[in-house]
Amino acid sequence: MTLSGFGGSGAGVFTPAPLQTATDVPLQMGIIVVYLLIALAVGVVAYRLTDRTAEDYYLASRTLGTVVLLFTTFATLLSAFTFFAGPNIAYANGPEWILVMGLMDGVIFGVLWYVIGYKQWLVGKAHGYVTLGEMLGDRFGSPALRGTVALVSLFWLFPYVMLQQVGAGGALEALTNGAVPYWAGASLITVFMIVYVVLSGMRGVAWTDTIQGLFMLTMVWAATLWVLSQVGGIGAATDALAASNPEFLSLGGGVYSVPWMLSQAIGIAFGVAMFPQVNQRFFVAGSEKVLKRTLALWPVVVLLLFVPAFMLGAWAAGLGVPMPESGNILPGVLVEYTPTWFAALVIAGAMAAMMSSSDSMLLSGSSYFTRDLYRPYLNAAASERREDLIARAGVAVFATLSLVASLFNPPSLFTIGDTAFGGFAQLALPVIVALYWPRTTRRGMFAGVLGSQLFYMVTTLTPAAGSSTTLGPLVIPGVPETFAGWSSSVVGMLVGLLLTVGVSLLTAQATAERPALLSGPSEADD
Amino acid sequence: MPSRTESIVWGVVFVVLMAFAVPWFLWGSSNVVAGLPVWLWWHIGWMVVASLAFAVFARRGWGVWMGGWSA
Repeated sequence: MTLSGFGGSGAGVFTPAPLQTATDVPLQMGIIVVYLLIALAVGVVAYRLTDRTAEDYYLASRTLGTVVLLFTTFATLLSAFTFFAGPNIAYANGPEWILVMGLMDGVIFGVLWYVIGYKQWLVGKAHGYVTLGEMLGDRFGSPALRGTVALVSLFWLFPYVMLQQVGAGGALEALTNGAVPYWAGASLITVFMIVYVVLSGMRGVAWTDTIQGLFMLTMVWAATLWVLSQVGGIGAATDALAASNPEFLSLGGGVYSVPWMLSQAIGIAFGVAMFPQVNQRFFVAGSEKVLKRTLALWPVVVLLLFVPAFMLGAWAAGLGVPMPESGNILPGVLVEYTPTWFAALVIAGAMAAMMSSSDSMLLSGSSYFTRDLYRPYLNAAASERREDLIARAGVAVFATLSLVASLFNPPSLFTIGDTAFGGFAQLALPVIVALYWPRTTRRGMFAGVLGSQLFYMVTTLTPAAGSSTTLGPLVIPGVPETFAGWSSSVVGMLVGLLLTVGVSLLTAQATAERPALLSGPSEADD
Repeated sequence: MPSRTESIVWGVVFVVLMAFAVPWFLWGSSNVVAGLPVWLWWHIGWMVVASLAFAVFARRGWGVWMGGWSA
């Protein structure tokens, strides 16, 4: 079992089953169009409130409140994955996935919210940083480090955005029984996203995410209660599962080994914190109070969403619901036990959920490009106004390129997108070391960031151990992806940590380095 | 500025929160109570505890480990 099989939160290519007759197509398209129009309307309102500066465009001038910050982070993270991949895993392997995701997103990410997020918020507020690369570049006096962090992030982000478009195109095609072909569906969604993201920036994205997150939560509970009422209640549903798959109710077993569960939880949680669209949210809170309240609400919101969503998948196994052709169990359960219009609403919600992940990724992808690559390397003298324009153009270019890629959907990009969480996780430990250890050196950072990326790419993107592949005249041998049960993502993190600390101890700081930037004003020495 | 003791105590609290989100001591157990496995009830309860712990931390411990930032 590899990490790539499960992707991570928000991962996702999914194709809902063609679950209804042609008469339902207008209803389903209607629901999607209504959602698109609401998103657009929110975008227009947000646009009217926006100052024409990059900080406002990317970060809503650091003014987000508790509910909006909680739900925008939540909807960004957990959208399409919660709807499809999570229930699929529970259907195939048992409901222990709830524990993995609870530990991952409820507790570990909560701690990182403070350890990485609050610290970044403090530093970002004091020095006006918009991206992770900008902060690190300044601290280590190294535009090259800034560019490296941005490039590494874009390398993993781009195929991941492409996956969302592949999913959207496939979903619309299946939803309409082919009336809307794949290319048209992917293009339609992309054009809508470009329009509202270009218009509204972070404020609009955060507001639509909030609507989205509340809608998702409501639909999951409605779906669960509906199905349970049809099958005679929670006791009956679990009894059926105990009869058909008794091993599912026993903690552990099958794929669920201790190292596997911990690898998934740790690898994905740290990856999430370094995903540009999530990491950037660490800079946007309006006040400390907002960060505090969000932290305290986090485990409960995670619980409210995951327990019903994943139990539905597990119960479906007990109820003997067959896996639909599309490979996603949730539409299968809904079709079996709820009216068509309700199933359609949930599927449309999932579509929209995918968009709410993609819009945020476009926005942060564009900001990494303009702030960390365009400005330092191409046009250092750009005015605020000009940077704002470039930022908006960047969104359109990024989305168009990934749309073109999604139409070809090359297998290599697919693999990279599918393993993106591990790729981002490799950045986390060097960043934490830099945030907390003033002795960290520039060379240590380069060694940690590049070394762990190299390790992860070699172990993940090459063929599995024992096999090999040929690339022209080259024969590429297989490399193991797990080490005594631990995923290469977690092992790579350790490699990155050792390299960052080890090389920092062996090298001296460059004169341009400014450790006081991160260690705080009362310990400042300049 | 938070004391050294506070820093250590909160570090321990966070580690404990992470360590027992999955009830490892119920490994292999398949007892069902009120329609859900016991290990899932533990997890549900634990997440509520984590929420409360985070709320207390936000009130009392906020600022630990932040070095020169928590003046």
